[in-house]
Amino acid sequence: MGSRVTRRRALRVLGASLGGSAFAYAVAPVAAFVQATNKEEFLQQHYRELTEAGLADVLRRLEAETARDYGADVSIRDPRPLPDVQFGYALNLSVCIGCRKCAEACHHENNHDRRTNNSYIRVLEMTQGTMDMEQGRADYDHAVPAPGKYYMPVQCQQCENPPCVDVCPVQATWKEDDGVVVVDYNWCIGCRYCEAACPYHARRFNWHKPEIPADEINPDQAYLSNRVRPQGVVEKCHFCLHRTREGRLPACLEACPTGARVFGNLLDPESEIRWVLANKRVFVLKEELGTNPRFFYFFDT
Amino acid sequence: MHRRAVHRRSATYPPVQLTLVVLAASASACQAASAEYFADTDQPRADDASGAALHDTTIELPASLRGVPTGERAPTGAPVVVACGTCHNGEPGALPAQASEVAGPHTGLVVQHGGNTCGSCHDPNRRDRLRLADGQQLELTEAMQLCSQCHGTQRRDYDHGAHGGMAGHWDLARGPRTRNHCIHCHDPHVPAYPRVLPAAPPRDRFFGAGAGHE
Ligand code: HEC
Ligand code: HEC
Ligand code: HEC
Ligand code: HEC
Repeated sequence: MGSRVTRRRALRVLGASLGGSAFAYAVAPVAAFVQATNKEEFLQQHYRELTEAGLADVLRRLEAETARDYGADVSIRDPRPLPDVQFGYALNLSVCIGCRKCAEACHHENNHDRRTNNSYIRVLEMTQGTMDMEQGRADYDHAVPAPGKYYMPVQCQQCENPPCVDVCPVQATWKEDDGVVVVDYNWCIGCRYCEAACPYHARRFNWHKPEIPADEINPDQAYLSNRVRPQGVVEKCHFCLHRTREGRLPACLEACPTGARVFGNLLDPESEIRWVLANKRVFVLKEELGTNPRFFYFFDT
Repeated sequence: MHRRAVHRRSATYPPVQLTLVVLAASASACQAASAEYFADTDQPRADDASGAALHDTTIELPASLRGVPTGERAPTGAPVVVACGTCHNGEPGALPAQASEVAGPHTGLVVQHGGNTCGSCHDPNRRDRLRLADGQQLELTEAMQLCSQCHGTQRRDYDHGAHGGMAGHWDLARGPRTRNHCIHCHDPHVPAYPRVLPAAPPRDRFFGAGAGHE
């Protein structure tokens, strides 16, 4: 990780780099964060500097907090990247009908706030013949597929060169060995630089403490993925690493009723994802930015 | 798009384009290796290069391939069907020219599938069997072979996991996988995928009234 930046120093830098009202606005979540954090949490070391025992303590503490705050009995693990695995994802736009089942599955799998109906996936309704995702609409509400439209689900593209990681002042977000860009929700200071830096609008900010009924909480959780996030931090798609690092398919793929999604190991020449890359004309979003996504799109020809 | 392009390239991460060249080069080998991945019946995939046994890929069989669903369910949850053979045992007579002529429990049948006639798929001598263009008879449970005869591209994509979806494990070394049958998604008589109402839209304002942020 190189020289370690403390969160306290980051707050100072943040103050120096933003003017007047913008600063007040930007630090509001930070202030809330500082108030809401208990001493143990504030003194917690960066995830990547924790010892095994230290991490175990943190996981048990977070489980206890979920039990206290949500009345839910959950288990939080920390599955590590698998050796010789680089995840890749592809999506067949000829087959997707825009039903939002993927977004819905993500909502439940990843313990999203019920009030905002949040999801790591936004399905964009696009006009046939256009390709600019900025022209897509996520708020359509009519039978699909609508005539003249196609549908483009967008989630974190797990870029090879993630601009969001570069702008984080406290290194609370980074790229793991299997290509998944993760966030340490206990280290994030909520400055939202990463959210602004992401060309794919893939990051979400927790304006409120997530509201989830106890019996709807998915108890199968991981530290870097779907554990209930605190207020005031940024989150994003993590390719369901609590599932995929155990060999399982992501929740959005299993939920897709049209079979538009293909997931697998880019390093395995026999994998389905490699077959798609070799046999379909795949493209990536905003290629000109040089982000080099791990998420590919294609049309059947 | 009002964002500045990011033209940085980190030395530690090789650009994906490079990877793609390598991928393209291995395409043919890949095709040959995966030609036998799936069969119509439940068959485990061949062992991988490392020699580790792989878990099974199971293609689920729709109830309609076992008989006419009664709408009832067994205590196990499985749909109760009346086997085709209960009423059909090789009775003679040409297949009808039109779906509207069909009587009995099948009254109301609609067929909209290209220009196909009943005989494109059904065996004229055995009501409870299917038939390929070369005359080969198929059990109903072998219907995927029938579809593949005319839709080779989709079948090829399906065999490579790029059509039809799946559930379970991406890594068969770690666990099994189940797959849909063509007929789960496409009614053989009216195969167009139906339109549906989408799940609720997100309740943030993003990309809503004119593409502003939050
Ligand atoms: C409850 C009895 C019953 C069952 C079960 C049944 N059928 Fe039929 N089927 C009929 C009757 C009655 C007709 C009409 C015969 C006629 O019009 O001469 C018919 C007609 C047909 C026809 C030809 C249309 C025609 O008019 O000749 C086909 C093909 C057919 N059935 C296939 C099936 C298949 C496949 C199954 C199982 C999935 C099945 N049937 C199950 C009673 C049944
Ligand atoms: C593209 C192939 C195809 C064509 C064309 C086709 N069928 Fe079928 N049919 C099937 C298959 C496969 C099944 C069994 C699976 C199912 O019904 O889901 C079936 C089942 C049936 C059944 C019994 C169950 C049911 O679905 O009601 C009847 C009756 C039937 N077909 C009649 C006809 C008639 C009459 C025609 C022509 C007007 C026709 N089919 C055209 C493939 C075809
Ligand atoms: C004898 C050839 C034949 C067989 C067998 C056959 N099809 Fe088709 N299918 C066609 C033709 C022809 C069309 C129309 C293509 C077109 O309009 O371009 C078609 C169209 C389709 C479509 C697109 C429908 C639409 O309106 O978008 C689907 C999906 C499909 N078939 C699925 C199946 C499935 C599933 C089976 C197996 C049960 C099957 N077909 C068996 C010939 C066949
Ligand atoms: C998980 C659901 C699913 C399964 C399983 C599935 N398909 Fe499809 N298929 C789709 C969807 C969705 C489309 C796109 C339909 C649309 O755009 O309206 C499609 C399209 C098609 C088309 C039309 C292609 C075109 O260009 O118009 C054919 C033909 C087809 N499928 C054949 C098959 C065959 C053969 C199988 C089995 C090997 C199969 N499908 C399995 C969901 C499925």
